[in-house]
Amino acid sequence: MFTVTAEVGPPRGADPAAVVRKVAHLREWTAAVNITDNQGAAVRLSSWAGSLAAMSAEVEPIMQVTCRDRNRIALQSDLLGASAMGIPNILVMTGDHPKFGDHADAKPVFDLDSIQLLWAAKAMRDEGRLLSGRELKPPPRWFLGSVENPAAPPAEFRAGRLGKKVAAGAQFVQTQYVFDTAPFERWMAQVRDLGLHERCYILAGVGPISSLRALGHLEAHVPGVQVPAELSRRLRGVPADRVADEAMAACAETISAIRQIPGVAGVHVMAVGNEHRVPAILQRAGIPKALHARAGAGAEGSGLPAGSGGLPAGSGGLPARAAAGGGGHAG
Amino acid sequence: MLKPMNVRSTAAAPSAGLPAKAPAVATAPAGAPVSPRPVTPRASARSMYLLHRLLEPNAAYTRLAAWLEAVPWLRRLFTAAEKGVKQEIFGCRMCGQCALPSTGYSCPMTCPKQLRNGPCGGVGSDGGCEVYPQMRCVWVTAFERADSEGRAGDLLRLQLPIDHRVWGQSSWIRYWQGRDEDLWTETGG
Repeated sequence: MFTVTAEVGPPRGADPAAVVRKVAHLREWTAAVNITDNQGAAVRLSSWAGSLAAMSAEVEPIMQVTCRDRNRIALQSDLLGASAMGIPNILVMTGDHPKFGDHADAKPVFDLDSIQLLWAAKAMRDEGRLLSGRELKPPPRWFLGSVENPAAPPAEFRAGRLGKKVAAGAQFVQTQYVFDTAPFERWMAQVRDLGLHERCYILAGVGPISSLRALGHLEAHVPGVQVPAELSRRLRGVPADRVADEAMAACAETISAIRQIPGVAGVHVMAVGNEHRVPAILQRAGIPKALHARAGAGAEGSGLPAGSGGLPAGSGGLPARAAAGGGGHAG
Repeated sequence: MLKPMNVRSTAAAPSAGLPAKAPAVATAPAGAPVSPRPVTPRASARSMYLLHRLLEPNAAYTRLAAWLEAVPWLRRLFTAAEKGVKQEIFGCRMCGQCALPSTGYSCPMTCPKQLRNGPCGGVGSDGGCEVYPQMRCVWVTAFERADSEGRAGDLLRLQLPIDHRVWGQSSWIRYWQGRDEDLWTETGG
C-alpha cells in the first residue's frame, strides 16, 4: 500500500469555501490532507477551522499545530478541541520563526518544542493527563504525526531525532521536500537500521516547483530546502509556459523513485496553490486513486483509535491505508 | 579561579511520568530577549566534561547549596557569579534548568526557537542557523562537540518542558540539591 497525503494552505480571509474548493481536488486521491497552521509565520485562517471545513467537504484533515504561537495552555486546549470536534489527525511541528512572516514584530512563543508537545499529546491521549498532571475526562483521541528534514545538518543526527519523536509519540512523519533522493535514501537507511519505519509511517515530502518565481523563492527564502542544480537547470531550460509541466514530470519521477525505497509508506505532496495539479502528478507517477470508504471524515467520533494500538482495517484515513499492507502499529 | 560549571549527573531519574516541579524560590524573571542569538561556547567540550566530574553532587555540595540558598545576599552573590561565568562561556540566559551536560555544552536556550530536543528543520546546508544564517546552529555545534567526545547518545534524551518560574535562579544550587532530576528522561518516551 502506498499512502498519499497532500497539503492545503487556508485562505487569508474568513471564507471556509476557499478550503473546500482546494481540498475538493484532492478528495479522490489522498488519504488525508494537511491544513497548515499559519505557514511561513503569515496569518491565515486557523488550522482547526480549516480542518472542520475540509471535513465538511468529506476530506480527512491532518491539523497542523506549531509551537510558535501558543504556550502549553493554549496548545493543550486546542488539541482537546480538535478531538472534541472529530479532527482525527494532528501534525506537530516547531514552526517557522516569526521573522519569516507578515508579523515579524510578533513575540515568538516556543514554550514547548515539537518533541515536548508530542510527548504531552501522547500523555493526554494514552494516560488521560495534562502536563500539569490533571486528569482528562474523557481523554482525546487522534493519530499523531510530526515532520523531519532528512537533508538538513547534522545529517548523522536526523534519524536519531526521528527516533526521539517516535519515542515521544509520533506515529507518522512527513518530510521536508525531497528533490534529491540520494540524501533521503541515506537517511532512510539509518531509519531502517533503527527500525523506525516499523513503528512510524514515513511519508516523503514531494512537490512540483510550478514557476521560475517559485523556484527562486525556494532557493532563496525557504529555510532547510535545497533545490539540486540539476533540477534548477532543467526547469530554467524550458520555455516559460512549459515550466509547470516540466515540474510535474520531475515530481512524478521523484515519486516513482521514492516508491522503490524500502520502508517508505508513501508521499506527502506539497503543491500549495497548485492543488489542482496533484491528481495529474499522481497519475503520471502511476499512483492509483485512493478509493477507500471515508467512514471517518465528517462523522462524529471519527478520531482514529490510535491509543488503543489497533487500526481499523478498511476505514478511511491515513493509517488505515498504510496499515492495510502490514500488521500492527506500535502506538 | 573558575567557578564550578553548571553540571549535573548524567544518571537521570528514570521517571516516564509527568514532572512534579519543585516550588520555585521567588526570583524576578530574567527579562530575556524574545529571540536569542546562537552562541558557540568558548571552552572545549573535553574540558567541560572533565570539570563535570569534579562537580557531581555530593553531601558537601548539597549542604553548601542549602546554605547559599538560605542566606539571601550569599545566594545573590553566588547567582551573579554563576551568571557571569556562564554568560561569558556559553551565552547563558539563566533559564535555571541547565541542559549543557547533555548537549555537548552548547546552550540550547541560545537557539532562537529555544529548542531543547535537537535542531529544527531550517538548518542551512552549511550548518547555519535558520534565523541568523551567518551564525552556526547551536545543535550542529552540540552534535559535533558531543560526538567528538563519544557523547552523541546524550542528545537522544527526551528533554522535558522547562519550568518558566525558575528563570534567573542559580542552576548549580538547584542541581546540587537534586531539583533537576526531572529535566530529562534517559531514552525518551
